[in-house]
Amino acid sequence: MATKASRSAARLMMAPAVILLLGWMLVPLIMTLWFSFRTYLPLRGGDQGWTGFDNYVRFVSSSAFWPAVQTTLIIVLGVLVITVCLGILLAILLDQPMWGQGIVRILVIAPFFVMPTVSALVWKNMFMDPVNGLLAHLWRFFGAEPVSWLSDASLQSIIMIVSWQWLPFATLILLTAIQSLDSEQLEAAEMDGAPVLKRFFYIILPHLSRAITIVLLIQTIFLLAIFAEIFVTTGGAFGTRTLSYLIFQRVLESQNVGLGSAGGVYAIILANIVAIFLMRIVGKNLDN
Amino acid sequence: MGQITLKQVTKSFGDVQVIPPLDLTIEDGEFTVFVGPSGCGKSTLLRLIAGLEDITSGHIEIDGKDATDVVPAKRGLAMVFQSYALYPHMSVRKNIAFPLKMAKMDPAEIEKRIANAASVLNLTDYLDRRPGQLSGGQRQRVAIGRAIVREPAAFLFDEPLSNLDAALRVGMRLEISELHERLKTTMIYVTHDQVEAMTMADKIVVLRAGHIEQVGSPLELYHRPRNEFVAGFIGSPKMNIFGGAEAQKYGGVKAGIRPEHIDVSMTEGTWKGKVGVAEHLGSDTFIHVHDTGLDDMVTVRITGDISVRHGDTIYLTPQLDQMHKFDVQGLRIA
Repeated sequence: MATKASRSAARLMMAPAVILLLGWMLVPLIMTLWFSFRTYLPLRGGDQGWTGFDNYVRFVSSSAFWPAVQTTLIIVLGVLVITVCLGILLAILLDQPMWGQGIVRILVIAPFFVMPTVSALVWKNMFMDPVNGLLAHLWRFFGAEPVSWLSDASLQSIIMIVSWQWLPFATLILLTAIQSLDSEQLEAAEMDGAPVLKRFFYIILPHLSRAITIVLLIQTIFLLAIFAEIFVTTGGAFGTRTLSYLIFQRVLESQNVGLGSAGGVYAIILANIVAIFLMRIVGKNLDN
Repeated sequence: MGQITLKQVTKSFGDVQVIPPLDLTIEDGEFTVFVGPSGCGKSTLLRLIAGLEDITSGHIEIDGKDATDVVPAKRGLAMVFQSYALYPHMSVRKNIAFPLKMAKMDPAEIEKRIANAASVLNLTDYLDRRPGQLSGGQRQRVAIGRAIVREPAAFLFDEPLSNLDAALRVGMRLEISELHERLKTTMIYVTHDQVEAMTMADKIVVLRAGHIEQVGSPLELYHRPRNEFVAGFIGSPKMNIFGGAEAQKYGGVKAGIRPEHIDVSMTEGTWKGKVGVAEHLGSDTFIHVHDTGLDDMVTVRITGDISVRHGDTIYLTPQLDQMHKFDVQGLRIA
């Protein structure tokens, strides 16, 4: 941008996009804030005016609130740990020269292209069904009693489904990071007497630290909002009600828009706390 | 100790044999330079000695013990890579300490060795910086530091100066030579730059397509090149090599004369030619002479300055005792 004229022209041309995006964000945000301070029961009398902070107090003091926060954190942390650890292993494996590398890589990435609703349904009906599921057959083959996954190990099942979806993303980012590692560094470490495991911990892992933080950040943002996987599997039962699912229930099942909106505002605050927290760690890691 | 012996070593990548059977002995404390054009296999040879590549057949002995199947870390060799291969997330101190830490050395001893290496290489003020904050020359010194703290049997250098600018290269060349004088450890140095080879080596190994063309001291190679290839490769500017009737006059299929062994006159001489480009360096002048009746243009080196212009007629007289003669196979006739 060399001249004043070209700078103002650039601003003018960017304006529509900026205004559109801003509006897209601001309108729902302001509406959420607006409804959170009102008693709004669509099927029971509609909008009944201001209530102050009633909705906020009721949402937090509800017996479902803290378990929902806990469930959310367990799912997010569980998926992050599984995807990052397995992602690193898979990335290292895929980096090795092998026959059919291109096809294998595409297969590994494939789960990411399946819609969350579809993959959750496939897992629920094809694998985890206690009567006809593949896992039930496997269990019976070994003479064991089939597990009814989604009711007895509901949280673990959902963590498994979501991890399966996000593993390709982590693998892909970590694979590109591994490929950018200078092979002479590994050779130097080999000459310096570092065996395979030490080469991994001293050279490869530090090299991956930046990619790992990026995976953590992006996945956290998306995982805080998972919904479809819960909706089509347990429907929020068996201790799988996350914060976002609780909000959904308040608005659509209890038909209480005001209470749900207050929950939405809490979710925004929670997401921002996590984001600031992560940004600090990531910022430190991205600086050098 | 650091005597390295290669016996009938070969290396093939798939069907392509890059190193045909090769024998070489590097004596303890010797500064040996592998030199040759790009792709002649000199880096591969170094990596075979380091153990980073497996040899296809043959034996490598270090200090008389067979090291063919010994892993790189156990060979007692330290390598300085072309890209320096410093660990970017570690400070200079940690980079230098890394091989010692891997060897589970006592921390006090590690500290002592780091301090020692840092003072030898002028790195004391930079020990807590990251490699990214250092200049090219400093990084080079860190890489050397990481090699010397191990007190290896031999140092391997893989074109270590090729990423530095010309001025720094001359400086580092001197520093590495100084280091060799002080440590008296065997050093193997790979380069494609014959100036580096001539100035640093005790022994030069000239390679072409995996073959050793000649092994000898720099001056041996300069005065008595074994064949036409070595004659053309060693010396700067290149030796003037010509064939035909003119060569037969001097008793060879081909004959060669170095630019510094030709006398110049404006009035009379053996060969008459036209001045092409004259390169004035101040201390020397290189004149490219055309139309002399020889195969190629002739380069002449004159000490000091001479005022000739493009197109001037010039007479050249080779110093007959410095003339090199080659037979049909390109071998030098003694």
